[in-house]
Amino acid sequence: MSDTIVTHPLVVGEVGPGCKKVDPIVVADNVTRTFGGLTAVDVAHVEIPRGAITALIGPNGAGKTTFFNLLTGFDKPNTGDWSFEGHSLARVPAFRVARKGMVRTFQLTKSLGRLSVLQNMLLGATKQPGENMFTALVKPLWRKREEEITAKAEELLARFSLDAKSDDYAASLSGGQRKLLEMARALMSDPVLVMLDEPMAGVNPALTQSLLGHIKQLKEEGMSVLFVEHDMHMVRHISDWVIVMAEGKVVAEGPPDTVMRDQAVIDAYLGAHHDTDLGEMTGANPVVEAKEAAAKVAAKKEGTV
Amino acid sequence: MDWGQIFTNAAGELLSPVTAAYALAAIGISVHFGYAGLLNFGQAGFMAIGAYAFVVPILSFDAPLWLAFLSAILASVLFAFLLGVPTLRLRADYLAIVTIASAEIVRYVVSTTGLTAVTGGATGLSGFNSGFTAINPFPDGVYGFGPWTYTENQLWIRVFGWSLVILASILVFLLMRSPWGRVVKGIREDEDAVRSLGKNIYAYKMQALILGGVLGSLAGVIYVLPRAVQPTNYGTTLTFFIWTMLLLGGAATVFGPIIGAMIFATLLTLSDSILRGLISADIITFISGTQAGQIRFMIIGAVLMLLVIFRPQGIFGNKKELSFNV
Repeated sequence: MSDTIVTHPLVVGEVGPGCKKVDPIVVADNVTRTFGGLTAVDVAHVEIPRGAITALIGPNGAGKTTFFNLLTGFDKPNTGDWSFEGHSLARVPAFRVARKGMVRTFQLTKSLGRLSVLQNMLLGATKQPGENMFTALVKPLWRKREEEITAKAEELLARFSLDAKSDDYAASLSGGQRKLLEMARALMSDPVLVMLDEPMAGVNPALTQSLLGHIKQLKEEGMSVLFVEHDMHMVRHISDWVIVMAEGKVVAEGPPDTVMRDQAVIDAYLGAHHDTDLGEMTGANPVVEAKEAAAKVAAKKEGTV
Repeated sequence: MDWGQIFTNAAGELLSPVTAAYALAAIGISVHFGYAGLLNFGQAGFMAIGAYAFVVPILSFDAPLWLAFLSAILASVLFAFLLGVPTLRLRADYLAIVTIASAEIVRYVVSTTGLTAVTGGATGLSGFNSGFTAINPFPDGVYGFGPWTYTENQLWIRVFGWSLVILASILVFLLMRSPWGRVVKGIREDEDAVRSLGKNIYAYKMQALILGGVLGSLAGVIYVLPRAVQPTNYGTTLTFFIWTMLLLGGAATVFGPIIGAMIFATLLTLSDSILRGLISADIITFISGTQAGQIRFMIIGAVLMLLVIFRPQGIFGNKKELSFNV
């Protein structure tokens, strides 16, 4: 692999960490963030392609979420610059970043519990004049916009199968439904780039498939997606491009199947000495073991009935 | 023991200007805490600012009444702004500490001897009410019935005070059903989530702090209109009375603060007169009249505890809304 030049339709020139994209939506340079003596993020150069689903992966503590927080204005970098659609966004407050069309969700879902599901959605809308304290007092000034965004919210809720829950408090939703609500809420503002922080964390397997479908649909509608994820299956399944971080740096980039075979990625995830024999553990197949255990339980049950 | 007199006193307290002032201040905290999630433990400070900014221009500069009102409002806007600038970017707890401390600072500043010429020092200020009685639209006479029998001036201050309470309630109702109120309630639930949706939460929190503060300062004006300004009234006890009223009625509700204030003020008078009545009738012999004044606060405290345990949402609050508060 090291001798042949690898190319990809999303990339100008050779594929590798920090490679140039044909049409980047986010370009970041020299972004660093330190916490005391620890350098959490130290990204020399990275570009995120437009109109694609990009996964940001890496082992725990690689600085993925910190990098995410920096890009969205939730944290301030020590050094660095980045642009979003050509506008510099470094050190811009989070709410302005969101208004530019770069909307994020959170690893630990932040649904607004004591507001109804519909109210949660309406909060995501932009250009509601009634959000000004003075125009708020005169309903005719904001009624029309309110009707528009309510219609839009109901449409989105139907798409995310939350329409039956519309009047319930968001706190009464299950964890997976909250993830869906958070994603739907982010779409209220017609974002250009959707940033999902671990969209699969805490979601039960039944909902996983529908969440994956929703993420793919974002791309079909022309949005770009950047997500942080641990679930390799999901990364392989839906992403067009994978950026791998380890110890704050971008160590590899590429389409999912190539990246998973990359030595740097395997080292980052499994440690450089993952080949060392651990004795009995090697060769164990957890899937087969689980199946055997399930069969045993089933047999026992049948015996007792 | 004259039960008739006891109940007449308590019923009269229902509509007294002090109750109106309590209600207005409680509406202010309802905006802060109930809707925006801001912990303001210095509402007494806002009330003191309102009272002094209203009275001092009248006595020191012979200002007309409307100017005095304007001064009370502007002073509280400025005070809220000063408190908000350093604290609203921080976690809610910091605002609580800063407000409780600054309310005490206000109280100490106005009672300092160095400012006696302006603020009257520890004795306070009086003799500023003539401008307000001069614009009384009610002709001389006796109005009302039973426990609610008033002279024209007593009626005027009550009508004025309760009109302000009603106007404030309407204002809060209109704001909280609007998209502005939705953003503010969202901030109460989770600041970061609302920030991620493109709202400038700092500006919203500042607006809510100022709105509640102005209501507190108007409450201070109503509080002093029928009497004199006394710096000792503005201690932390006053703040916590108002908090009790708010929690009694229900925090994020329109009628909660009003009904809470009425019940609290009536209970306070009722328990006091009953205890004093029992003492003067020699039924209770082991406590003195002065002690009774303190004991009623113990009773109020016990009632508050029972309330928080058995009805944490208050009288008007929505149990469902509160039970989700994780």
